[in-house]
Amino acid sequence: MNNKSIVIDGKTIPFEDGQTIMEAASAAGIYIAHLCHNPQFTPHGSCKLCTVKVNGRNCSACTFPASEGQNITNVTKELNDDREKITQMLFVEGNHFCPSCEKTGNCNLQAVAYHLGMTDNHFPHFFENREVDASHPDVMIDHNRCIFCTLCVRASQEVDGKNVFAISGRGLEKRLVVNSESGLLKDSDLDVNDCAAHICPTGAILIKRTGYKVPIGQRIYDHSHIDTVTLANEGASHDE
Amino acid sequence: MTNKKVKVATVSLAGCFGCHMSFLDLDERLVDLVEHVEFDRSPLTDIEHCSPDCDIGLIEGGVCNSENVHVLREFRKNCKILVAVGACAINGGLPAMRNHISLEDCLNEAYVDGIGVENPQIPNDIELPLLLDKVHPIHEVVKIDYFLPGCPPSADVFWKFLTDLLAGREPSLNYELVHFD
Repeated sequence: MNNKSIVIDGKTIPFEDGQTIMEAASAAGIYIAHLCHNPQFTPHGSCKLCTVKVNGRNCSACTFPASEGQNITNVTKELNDDREKITQMLFVEGNHFCPSCEKTGNCNLQAVAYHLGMTDNHFPHFFENREVDASHPDVMIDHNRCIFCTLCVRASQEVDGKNVFAISGRGLEKRLVVNSESGLLKDSDLDVNDCAAHICPTGAILIKRTGYKVPIGQRIYDHSHIDTVTLANEGASHDE
Repeated sequence: MTNKKVKVATVSLAGCFGCHMSFLDLDERLVDLVEHVEFDRSPLTDIEHCSPDCDIGLIEGGVCNSENVHVLREFRKNCKILVAVGACAINGGLPAMRNHISLEDCLNEAYVDGIGVENPQIPNDIELPLLLDKVHPIHEVVKIDYFLPGCPPSADVFWKFLTDLLAGREPSLNYELVHFD
């Protein structure tokens, strides 16, 4: 038993040595917005949505270790405005046309946007030409919707014991690549039951023949906010 | 309290009129609305140009041709508050899915090489507005004051937004009213 604690938005919460701020917050029922984090995998710290102020300094909550004496702010106008701008940049960098995406209503990117009160994309759109890989019999990749969170990369390596995905290139040249000689998903080790096939927070990796099975009104985020859904799913995972 | 009605202008640019149809889903609430609102330029009135004193402009659809640009600028010039209505106005939407295909290829597919095309030729009449090489969201062309997402935004969204504005409140949409699809 320990009685170490940190303070998030004025609320004192306990933490254990080795926990990140995200893990401590999640276990205490505090939602910190995120897209690239999932408690099942090694934190990646790339999406920067979980940026909080720790004693006045910006830090990624998913990678920053909790330690005694931290005074953290999470839900402030400044931080949420930054989060909204980051989300808008993700929307204009890819091609995210929600009305024609199978993931709509179940999409974490969309739900984070709702959570932040985002109603427009603010920036000029890139309208980049990205490919679709529909070669695999059961799984497809629509690169238009990839946000480079690496959840599939980590899921494949850490849970599936495979190495199907990687991120290649830098900056605007960055792309999700598939580990197969042809570069196509059909020639990789990916199986439809792999964790990596189901972990995508957007509509970039989809299971074929499952789209629109859940009617509008019954989808994950039709009535529930992402903070509630996330804490229910991930809070328990952090507690284990 | 004056009885002067609020002037609302509406237009569908590169849209499908679905947002206008959704607006008409206000049904009997339209009767209440026209107590306070007068429609100016709009497909609902067939008035061809905006009066210089419009209060609210509702823009459906993105910008896909030169005429869309002129119309959008006319709305900005004449409307105090300009509103992007629906997915296409906000991010280009379905029409913008042509953006990664060259305009020449689009035209060839539609008017020259497409299945079942008779007398193939690319339309080229002075009356036809020139297509832009890409479809753009309207905020890339003029300043937009409010955004009503949805494909389409439901009648409840229009109702909440307009009644908030008419009452002098800052418009706000609750969680159930904001959706991108």
